[in-house]
Amino acid sequence: MSVNVYIPGPFRSATGNMAKVESEGSTVAEALRTLGNRYPAFKSLVFDLNGGVADHVAVFLNNRDIGTLQGDQTAIGEGDEISIVPAMSGGASGWSEEQILRYSRHIVMPQVGGKGQRKLLNAKVLLIGAGGLGSPTAMYLAAAGVGTIGLVDADVVDLSNLQRQLLHDTNDVGKPKVDSGQERINDLNPEVNVIKHRLYLNSENAMEIISGYDIVVNGCDNFPTRYLVNDTCVFLKKPLVDGSILFFEGQATVYLPGKGCYRCVYPAPPPPGMVPSCAEGGVLGVLPGIVGCIEAIETIKLILGLGESLSGRLLLFDALSMEFRQMKLRRDPQCPVCGDHPTVTELIDYEEFCLGIASPTEAAREAIRIG
Amino acid sequence: MTDLNLTVIPLPSGVSVDDDIDLRGEVCPYTFVKSKLALEDMEVGQVLSIRLDHLPAVDNCPRSFRNEGQEIVGVEQVDDTDWLVTVRKVRE
Repeated sequence: MSVNVYIPGPFRSATGNMAKVESEGSTVAEALRTLGNRYPAFKSLVFDLNGGVADHVAVFLNNRDIGTLQGDQTAIGEGDEISIVPAMSGGASGWSEEQILRYSRHIVMPQVGGKGQRKLLNAKVLLIGAGGLGSPTAMYLAAAGVGTIGLVDADVVDLSNLQRQLLHDTNDVGKPKVDSGQERINDLNPEVNVIKHRLYLNSENAMEIISGYDIVVNGCDNFPTRYLVNDTCVFLKKPLVDGSILFFEGQATVYLPGKGCYRCVYPAPPPPGMVPSCAEGGVLGVLPGIVGCIEAIETIKLILGLGESLSGRLLLFDALSMEFRQMKLRRDPQCPVCGDHPTVTELIDYEEFCLGIASPTEAAREAIRIG
Repeated sequence: MTDLNLTVIPLPSGVSVDDDIDLRGEVCPYTFVKSKLALEDMEVGQVLSIRLDHLPAVDNCPRSFRNEGQEIVGVEQVDDTDWLVTVRKVRE
């Protein structure tokens, strides 16, 4: 029997660039073997080492998959058409044209690639605070394609925020920060899933909120939240990317589970009134841009598993001298929360203590070794 | 024809192509971006054939793949406009 065999593009170099060639035989297997004898390269493309049709090649007889007939033993008739259809990825499976364009500068990098970009898209990052630090962090993580970004912030946008908080515009004054933050993030990258937590973190809600994320980035502006977030991350074994700013100086580090925490460095908060807040002391508006971007970089490194984390190092930035310095950090075996014999075993609200309004609980008093 | 000094590498006979991608009409860097994504979905040892009609890409794609440690097994002009760049995935 004489049949026509349709040759797919990638195989045509084996058949003298012909799309359709004639062959002979009484079964599909015979017809293909006849071709294989004529074109040795074709044989190696279509047959596996055992002489059967390779798994990555589908064969159709008159547009029907021979798998639904009698396989390669299917009988053929005069003038039948056999089509060989190799598996094709279609180019970039699972990627939209927009994603390919948007993330191309990541994908081309050997250290990132599509696999790294996929990690970013699958990552869930919680930002504590949608203010000075949280703004650049949120925008760069969104631009990078971090798929889920949670924003924790109870405040509304105030005109005094706009000197440094780039997530918010003049038109946003009076609007909840999580709302204007979500709008800004989705204007930048509509595929980011923004989860809004318009609340103050406390011992009642911190575990539940933080447990839904892979990485926590601290951009809060007060000590009670800083300690609460730290303790929660220790309990939940979540990486914490930490940053803080005041005046012209910033700090940044990363606390990885089991490798020390904020309390290893600062076991207890300063007495109320000793350290001014940004509202009282002021802050150079650009400063959170620098520190927030460092937090964003460290977050992306953690997601991609790249480079050397800032874990174990406290990075100090002085804008006036334009100097970066590094201090070595270590896990403190005596740490009240992550040490060998922790005394803090549940979350404590430090709001009362830090504000000096009411006495701390006995547990808090014990834990932070005061009075 | 071109200022590009394109290096032709005849595809050795017997090289089995496991997958192909038609990137005619695409320009750099998307020629490489898309073919890289296609290769990522393949197994080590498999071979991808990339059809290109953007001449700079015929130069750039092989270089970029080599930078990533992959093996270029063929760079051939197949008609007036089209080139086939054939790359074997030798590492993840």
